[in-house]
Amino acid sequence: MTDDIHSTSQTNMIGKLALRWGLYILLCLFALYYLMPLFVMVTTSLKSLDEIRTGSLVALPRDVTFAAWGTAWSSACTGIQCEGLRPYFWNSVLLAVPAVLISTLIGAINGYVIAKWRFKGANLIFSLMLFGCFIPFQVVLLPMARMLGLMGMAGSITGLIFVHVVYGIGFTTLFFRNYYVTIPTELVKAAKVDGAGFFRILWEIFLPLSLPIIVVTIIWQFTQIWNDFLFGVSFSQAGTQPVTVALNNIVNSTTGVKEYNVDMASAIIAALPTLVVYVVAGKYFIRGLTAGSVKG
Amino acid sequence: MAPILEIKNLYKNYGSLNILKDVNVSIGSGDFLVLVGPSGCGKSTLLNCIAGLEPISGGSIEIGGQDMTHVSPKDRNIAMVFQSYALYPTMTVAKNITFGMKVRGVEKAEQDIKLAEVARQLQIEPLLSRRPAQLSGGQRQRVAMGRALVRDPKLFLFDEPLSNLDAKLRVEMRTEIKKLHQNLGASMVYVTHDQIEAMTLATKIVVMKGGVVQQIGTPAEIYSKPANLFVADFMGSPAMNLIPAKAKKNGSGYNVIIERAGGEPLVLHEKRTKKLPANVVVGLRPEDIGDAQYRKGRDLHVSSCQVDVVEPAGADTFVLMSLGGKEVTARLHAETGATPGKEIEFAFDMKKLSYFDADTGDRLELQ
Repeated sequence: MTDDIHSTSQTNMIGKLALRWGLYILLCLFALYYLMPLFVMVTTSLKSLDEIRTGSLVALPRDVTFAAWGTAWSSACTGIQCEGLRPYFWNSVLLAVPAVLISTLIGAINGYVIAKWRFKGANLIFSLMLFGCFIPFQVVLLPMARMLGLMGMAGSITGLIFVHVVYGIGFTTLFFRNYYVTIPTELVKAAKVDGAGFFRILWEIFLPLSLPIIVVTIIWQFTQIWNDFLFGVSFSQAGTQPVTVALNNIVNSTTGVKEYNVDMASAIIAALPTLVVYVVAGKYFIRGLTAGSVKG
Repeated sequence: MAPILEIKNLYKNYGSLNILKDVNVSIGSGDFLVLVGPSGCGKSTLLNCIAGLEPISGGSIEIGGQDMTHVSPKDRNIAMVFQSYALYPTMTVAKNITFGMKVRGVEKAEQDIKLAEVARQLQIEPLLSRRPAQLSGGQRQRVAMGRALVRDPKLFLFDEPLSNLDAKLRVEMRTEIKKLHQNLGASMVYVTHDQIEAMTLATKIVVMKGGVVQQIGTPAEIYSKPANLFVADFMGSPAMNLIPAKAKKNGSGYNVIIERAGGEPLVLHEKRTKKLPANVVVGLRPEDIGDAQYRKGRDLHVSSCQVDVVEPAGADTFVLMSLGGKEVTARLHAETGATPGKEIEFAFDMKKLSYFDADTGDRLELQ
């Protein structure tokens, strides 16, 4: 009898162990599958063209060379110009940083108003903003181009900033509004009795509470704006193209041999800032999501 | 002297919904006014209207002799303590307390003096550099009070400040608020749904129901002379016994006849009045029905009743019986000989009887 129980529990143990290991092996396979493209990109970017032609796609580089990175950064050709990614990279920085900051700030103010300073029609306005989040970008290309033209911002970085701010507000407002509705309204009342006004309450009470949601918003907005291609290609001209458009041009303009190593290096350079933002702010991101319930 | 707070004909509507109807309240300097009523009676809304946090739909509010009906909260010379304490989470205790002064541009040196004074008064000196999240419920409560005290306003407003504390702490803080009121001589308006809190703290009570003021009076008045059946039932624990009865003219007074299941009706002779309607509700507090063997006096009506339930509560023993189809509670001596199922003699204090109109529920004044 006792032996029976013993052997049953043993079989159970083995079953559990097998399940666990099976799970890990499966997960590892998925991880490998996911990381394979990155591995190929990095190794290819470190090889010379000869090695790429003769070697295997997944082999490690025999002689590590950063030549392709140098070319990608400063001398790869985008159409007729051969200045590399560098000028476009700075265009993207000049575009993304203000657009992220402005849209985050406006989102914070909007969310604060909609959550804590209710007015007639607040729900309707919020619904319309949410609706704005779901409009496909392609739909607005023509009207937006016309509008930028009318405002004299066509083809400029300012124009692109404007477009991204407008399209970011829906999301940033949503983020901040949802965060602020969890903060007790009595805080606003207490501050009002204490004599604080609209902006002081936002600045001294709500914003200091908002670090988690600010980080979430910045990561979201930065990723969106940095990675955007459609608006970048539609509303920019020769000197104002963002890095995504330049990357496309580098990959598409070949003279003779296709330089895979330069293409790969360019792609990594273009993707690097969003990676950095995740690595630097990622822990705040997680912390923000878990420590969201800051109660007084 | 002009009243500190005077509310005249105040109405508050949300769309077509009437929240407050024709509220008239006035308190003098040093008064402790308690707004009490069941949840949804409009007491918190009334407090928010006094604070200026809710616009009103009609009527006027004067604070310290000045019309404040349309003045913003910060200029009403009030301080408020909230149910959730509403401490600013990112600021230290000291910053929480001085925030109001900082906003108003009070000089740093003066801020420090006042902060030290309030911290000493509330014994929160060791907590000044902590944040609200590092405080216990009782400590947060003190800080919230400190934030109000430091302003030295004309009027203090409290919105159910004790309802988030556990039972023991609530009683302690209640006493402390009472002491504070006595020491400061400040005028306060206090909202609670707890009628015991109302009785212990108030110098004046406003009982509300459905946005309408039911009665305004001192705790003693409200307790012994409730204006209607609602107030009678709401205030006091255990609640007042409300027994349906018939009134019949008898000489210069009335016989008040209370039916008893399976027995002679209980007949009380009321000498104090010349006029009662045929159907009345008799109101009598549990402590006004005593043990005949311990109570002696002229205005007692002694009658034998059957005891249904005996509930010893330490200092007193509560005894339940059935009169007029209602369960009636009597507060007896702890050493009463009452046993369930047996009859004992009860003494009804005829001086303390209240009468209510059985149809309208309003108190019948005796004349």
